[in-house]
Amino acid sequence: MADATTAGELLAPRRRFPVLRRLARHRSFRIGFVIVVVLTLAAIFAPLISSFDPTSMRARIRFRPPQAAYWFGTDNFGRDVFTRCLYGARLSLTIGLGVAVLSGLVGTAAGIISAQFRQLDAMIMRLMDGLMAFPAIILAIGLAAAMGPNIGSLIVALSVAYIPRTARIVRASALVVRELEFVDAARVSGASSLRIIWKHLLPNCMGPLLVQLTFVFAYAILAEAALSFLGIGPPPPAPSWGNIIAEGRDQAVDSWWIMFFPGLAISLATLGMNLLGDGLRDVLDPRLKVET
Amino acid sequence: MRVLRRLLLRLGQAVPVILVVAVLAFFLMHLLPGDPAAVIAGPEAGAEAVERIRRQLGLDRSIPEQLMVWLWHLAQGDFGTSIIHNQSVLVALADRMPVTVSLTLVAFAMTIPIGIVLGVAAAKFRNTWVDAAVMFLALVGVSVPGFWIAILSVILFSVTLGWLPASGYVPLSDGIWPWLRALIQPAAMLALFQIGFLARMARSATLDVLDQDYIRTARAKGVSEWRTIAKHAFRNTLIPVVTATGIILSLLMGGSVVIEQVFALPGVGRLIVQAILTRDYPMVQGTLLALAFLFVAINLFVDIIYTWVDPRVRYG
Amino acid sequence: MSAPLLSVRDLTVQFRTDAGWLTAVEQVGFELGAQETLGIVGESGSGKSVTALSILGLHAASTTRIPTGAIAYAGQDLLKLPDRAMRRIRGGEIAMIFQDPMSSLNPVLTVADQISETLMLHQGLDRKTARNRAIGLLDMVRIADAAHRVDAYPHQLSGGMRQRVMIAIAIACRPKLLIADEPTTALDVTIQAQILDLLRELQTELGMSVILISHDLGVIAEFARRVLVMYAGRVVEAAPSRALFRQPMHPYTSGLLAAIPPLNHDVTRLSTIPGSIPDPGRRIPGCRFSPRCTEAQTECREQAPDLVSVGDDHFARCPPRLHRMRPV
Repeated sequence: MADATTAGELLAPRRRFPVLRRLARHRSFRIGFVIVVVLTLAAIFAPLISSFDPTSMRARIRFRPPQAAYWFGTDNFGRDVFTRCLYGARLSLTIGLGVAVLSGLVGTAAGIISAQFRQLDAMIMRLMDGLMAFPAIILAIGLAAAMGPNIGSLIVALSVAYIPRTARIVRASALVVRELEFVDAARVSGASSLRIIWKHLLPNCMGPLLVQLTFVFAYAILAEAALSFLGIGPPPPAPSWGNIIAEGRDQAVDSWWIMFFPGLAISLATLGMNLLGDGLRDVLDPRLKVET
Repeated sequence: MRVLRRLLLRLGQAVPVILVVAVLAFFLMHLLPGDPAAVIAGPEAGAEAVERIRRQLGLDRSIPEQLMVWLWHLAQGDFGTSIIHNQSVLVALADRMPVTVSLTLVAFAMTIPIGIVLGVAAAKFRNTWVDAAVMFLALVGVSVPGFWIAILSVILFSVTLGWLPASGYVPLSDGIWPWLRALIQPAAMLALFQIGFLARMARSATLDVLDQDYIRTARAKGVSEWRTIAKHAFRNTLIPVVTATGIILSLLMGGSVVIEQVFALPGVGRLIVQAILTRDYPMVQGTLLALAFLFVAINLFVDIIYTWVDPRVRYG
Repeated sequence: MSAPLLSVRDLTVQFRTDAGWLTAVEQVGFELGAQETLGIVGESGSGKSVTALSILGLHAASTTRIPTGAIAYAGQDLLKLPDRAMRRIRGGEIAMIFQDPMSSLNPVLTVADQISETLMLHQGLDRKTARNRAIGLLDMVRIADAAHRVDAYPHQLSGGMRQRVMIAIAIACRPKLLIADEPTTALDVTIQAQILDLLRELQTELGMSVILISHDLGVIAEFARRVLVMYAGRVVEAAPSRALFRQPMHPYTSGLLAAIPPLNHDVTRLSTIPGSIPDPGRRIPGCRFSPRCTEAQTECREQAPDLVSVGDDHFARCPPRLHRMRPV
């Protein structure tokens, strides 16, 4: 009997996280998770992985093709492309995370306020429509240009561009929950707006929100690269992936490796986030679930 | 009648959006840290030059006053004047717009059929290698940076193989083939992301539709597998797809900014990037606004198509 | 009786699930003569719709298998028919109408499109002729103002009218057999009677055989001469409907009979069968109804009973009742 109890107790915690277990079984989620974790670790431990400096120039070793010493080759200033890509991961992932968090916070606030305080709905949603009338990348270009070229303004600019979509998703989920009976019951029994938001609306938006933010993360990485490429990102010599491609572009024909590897890094990071998002969507968002 | 009423309703709804857009574009310029006139004039400019720019931009007046002037000018079709080229923003736009519109439309014409066919095929052959291959390509499409793959494509198709021009634009007036030849590569690179996006969407829309009872009805009538998909499923699949075409068009327009840069196409995208790099703020503002107007117009247009596809909307 | 129009023998249907192959229908058999009416009754999950869909081969090939059985129709086994030949049968020789007329019609095609398609497909009519025939068919299913309604989209019609359109599609090619899967379940009570009347009239007019599927034994009793009672994928009783009503030989049939609301009485309490149909993944030793059966004995829970003859053209799968009637 004692054995049975122990076994039961041991097994219990595993059952408590059915979502995590379903995610762990989801193939694309697993692949995405591995990619993202590896890239994150590479970004964090960049100085340990590579002994080179990402920005110091060495004229002696310009334009070296990929080899044992310089895995991704060297660029026109003799900088190690692999090292620059590693440090680029720091920049890109920071920006992606920053955009996901900032647009998530503001978008959630806007969406929830729209859903809960109906008198503000029209105003907020028209503002969102107005922001959405600009394609995200163009809005981000305008904002980033206005605020000056640095990481902070890039995060803000991209966040503003993705806030409307997030706000709409949160609002839609919150509106569905609002109409459910248990929320009515809570309202009738005198629960405050804040309590209803905290206890009922927010938890029910988390699934779709998380899915959306994963995709925002992916978009942000792509958009940061594009903006850097246009010269509106963090100013060179900062080793952002987009910058490395932009700088390597002129030598693309002869020294293909300079622009090839950072592009691969961007693709990998975006792919990882997209796979992660697909998995989350399948598991968390039953509306969109097509198959597992 | 219903179509007309719906159209008028949508037009009515577009008005506040356009107004919001105009105000947003206005405040964008005022987000500039410090004195916009000083920033525009550059660090070496003297007080007098700054003052001149300030007057020229009307920055010496109060913000609400400036906003009213800005809106008043817009209402008259005056989008402002470039401070670098001393050229009307509208004239510059009229010059560049055909390039961007051509690029976007060619890319759109590639995206829609390819994306839909891939998505429907993946759904039809669900859980087979076809499905897996299409979905993998689609995922790659939405994960790879367009400008990067565009540069690689230029190296392959233009530099190495010499099949297609690496850069430059040929106006449509020079003939449809030269025009298309110049655009085909940039448009394909631009379309890549959207094709992936649309294929993923069309697949899940088709799977949804194939699950519906009316598909079973069609089969029970003796309709063949392919005809079931082509006639009974496809129109229903199109409904969510048409909704997405507005987003696709606007994303293509946005993406064209970057692709124009790669292929040195003299479009609105290059105009706006140059304006930003030269701090030509009236130009930035006016161009942003023009693009936003274009998107509102596109969405109106999509709405009309939507009415045509879904009879439930048409007859309500 | 001469050779039957349709003869189903030993039909077993399995679906693929995460937990392996799951048996939805097991060893079902019946025969249906020309112009006859067969009722199949059972709760949802009893396998009655699965049986019907198998006749037309409408299950998804990738997730379905039919390990045993034969469906003989006009001298051929429908289960072995190549796809092209099967398509000629579907909608041409054997037609089917479904439960929910809301979702069974294509929302983006007009009534004319949807009726004409069958005619163009099976009878090679051109669009114009097919359209005229469609108007005639709408008249036949008693839709007023047919010439006008033919251009309507499904969402512009009421539920009853949509089911009439479904019937018009089904009878368009004068099929020899019409399968009606819960044709009235989604409709208002008043409409239900109208649709059943219409089906009966059309059956006489066109000389069709009909298989009517319902969970409501009352509907079946009114309509069918022979009844098949299904439970958990198996036939538990098969009999002419009169015999079935007079002397149900399976407790499940008795339960269904008791659940029919009496017509001329105020219903105070509707008798229902306690419990619910078992999960198809669960294996039940012995008689599958035994967990819910008030008459179950030890032998019921241990050994699966066979379907045995209990009277004239009357079969049942319940040894205790048989013993009570004919003590050994």
